[in-house]
Amino acid sequence: MPEQLLFAIEVTLNGLMAGVLYALVALGFVLIFKASGIFNYAQGVMALFAALTLVGIQQGQVPFSHLINAIFGTHIHHFPWQVPSIIAIILAAGVMVFFAWLVEKYILQHLIGQPDIILFMATIGLAYFMEGFGDMMWGSEIKTLDVGLPQGLNVAIDETTYGWFGYGFFIDNLDLVATLVAIVLVTVLVIFSQYTKQGRALRAVADDHSAALSVGISLRFIWVLVWSIAGFVALVAGIMWGAKSGVQFSLSLIALKALPVLMLGGFTSIPGAIIGGLIIGVGEQLFEFAIGPMVGGATQNWFAYVLALVFLIFRPQGLFGEKIIERV
Amino acid sequence: MFYREAGDFKTSYKDDNQTFPIRLDRMGYYIVMFVAFCVVPFFVNDYWVNSVFAPFLIYAIAALGLNILTGYAGQVSLGTGGFMAVGAYAVYKLMVAFPDVSIVIHVLLAGGITAVVGVLFGLPSLRIKGFYLAVATLAAQFFLVWVFNKVPWFYNYSASGQINAPERSVFGVIVTGPNTEAWAKYMICLVFVVVLAWVARNLTRGMMGRKWMGIRDMDIAAEIIGVNPLMAKLTAFAVSSFFVGVAGALFFAVYLGAAEAGESFGIAKSFLILFMIIIGGLGSIFGSFAGAAFMVLLPVLLKNVLVGGLGWPTDLAAHLEFMVVGGLIVIFLILEPHGLAQLWRLTKEKLRLWPFPH
Repeated sequence: MPEQLLFAIEVTLNGLMAGVLYALVALGFVLIFKASGIFNYAQGVMALFAALTLVGIQQGQVPFSHLINAIFGTHIHHFPWQVPSIIAIILAAGVMVFFAWLVEKYILQHLIGQPDIILFMATIGLAYFMEGFGDMMWGSEIKTLDVGLPQGLNVAIDETTYGWFGYGFFIDNLDLVATLVAIVLVTVLVIFSQYTKQGRALRAVADDHSAALSVGISLRFIWVLVWSIAGFVALVAGIMWGAKSGVQFSLSLIALKALPVLMLGGFTSIPGAIIGGLIIGVGEQLFEFAIGPMVGGATQNWFAYVLALVFLIFRPQGLFGEKIIERV
Repeated sequence: MFYREAGDFKTSYKDDNQTFPIRLDRMGYYIVMFVAFCVVPFFVNDYWVNSVFAPFLIYAIAALGLNILTGYAGQVSLGTGGFMAVGAYAVYKLMVAFPDVSIVIHVLLAGGITAVVGVLFGLPSLRIKGFYLAVATLAAQFFLVWVFNKVPWFYNYSASGQINAPERSVFGVIVTGPNTEAWAKYMICLVFVVVLAWVARNLTRGMMGRKWMGIRDMDIAAEIIGVNPLMAKLTAFAVSSFFVGVAGALFFAVYLGAAEAGESFGIAKSFLILFMIIIGGLGSIFGSFAGAAFMVLLPVLLKNVLVGGLGWPTDLAAHLEFMVVGGLIVIFLILEPHGLAQLWRLTKEKLRLWPFPH
């Protein structure tokens, strides 16, 4: 096979893997949007916050140590213990649930009935707040996140493909794990929403708020639930991205990557988020591979948006979104 | 007792329709204008202009522009930073290419170029609405910044990738470049602000503004009563981008002096200006000013108190600033979705009756 084609296949595969990671973030958006009609801009910052909390707990950091040191002139930074990964993950998930409860109680409750765009802006405010809060709590230096996920070149794939084509594909182990995790996560979410009582309530709320209320579904509980799930998805995304590129501010920018995924897939569709993620992941890698060198590279920054924009002109509700019906 | 309409007789339609119908308001407006033009320029120094006045005035123009698009026409845009970059790079290219033409004309032309780009990116708004549009405008933000970083023609092939404002003057007074006096910077921004605010006020209360508000409140209904959505949306994008482009041009040429697209006009700028109009008040000219003042003064204040007063490290103060800004946005949206402008309106309502209960 010609070298160029093999390259393209490798790029496509890596694009698919990156797409899975985008889809993981997009999934959190879709969940909240479906259940509460809120477009949660803070999803990316939630991933950052979750990852920061996880690293902080794992390494036994003292929360707010910078603040305490600045006010009282002390020099504390770490507790004398380290927490095992699995316990740290559970604790971090607990923090995200608590956070979901706080958001519902102090923000969403007071904004019921406001126009969607106001809610959207409120989540931008929330994102800013959490960004400052996370840094204040755990410090803003770049942290490495290690929960024992395999990393680096997958030797088996490299050798097999070398045997077949005389050219070894470079596939990162972490990307493979992320793909597996994403598949498991989506399966669990689908089962949850199809076959459990809470899942059915969730779908009812997504369909019609007032109708759901009238048959005795507690909106508040559902919102806490759905923000908790979104927090959990954020934690998973935070672990994957954090293990890949370190826990730092740029992690929160994955939200911006997930937005075109959502537009492409439709805001209301879980399969849409997955397929949109894959299309964007492959599309931007291939575009960078084929066209990038001609125009100076770094096209990943905008390609996804422009692709989504062009696509939306032809289909305003995205690939799998519900048809937008407007009434006067 | 003093602040009321009583005794202020209107004898013509013109009087009835004036911007400040109450005498005290009018006097307040004239006093502000007098202080701004005749008092402040004699007392400002570099620190005040660079950290308060120049950013306030320039952001006020940008906020006016975004408020026209988002507050009046209801089209949420997250691409303000990108459009400011268009204004900045346009004015740079014009200044370098035509050194003999006045900078004022360059700034206005830069606004015009931005308006054209704005209309181009506004075209999808006919098909895409709400969140989808907000996200689509991010395409403008990222694409424009990328173009200015990657196409060397825009920064005249300079090695650093930066653009630097050459020295230009208006009526013999230097207004751009490193040798600019503080008051000259202040005055040129002030003149643009006053003129553009006047334009914005009169556009928004005329036929055009009414069409925009119709589209904002319900586009289908507006279409049925005869508003052409194509024209209304595209004019909103054009006028808004013109303002934002002028703001970007001034931001680069007068305020910064040197700029790099990704750093000076990144996504953070788009959000900053969006926050200004949320805190100030959507759909209000006064709100644009109040929001810009608030968002410019808050960091200066926090920095002075925390770093200067309490001796905190600067990074910690920066984190707290994020928290405060984010928290304030949420609190404002919960307590007063119409922003500072609404608070101002309520105060005036109260004042009209004071000291009587009814």
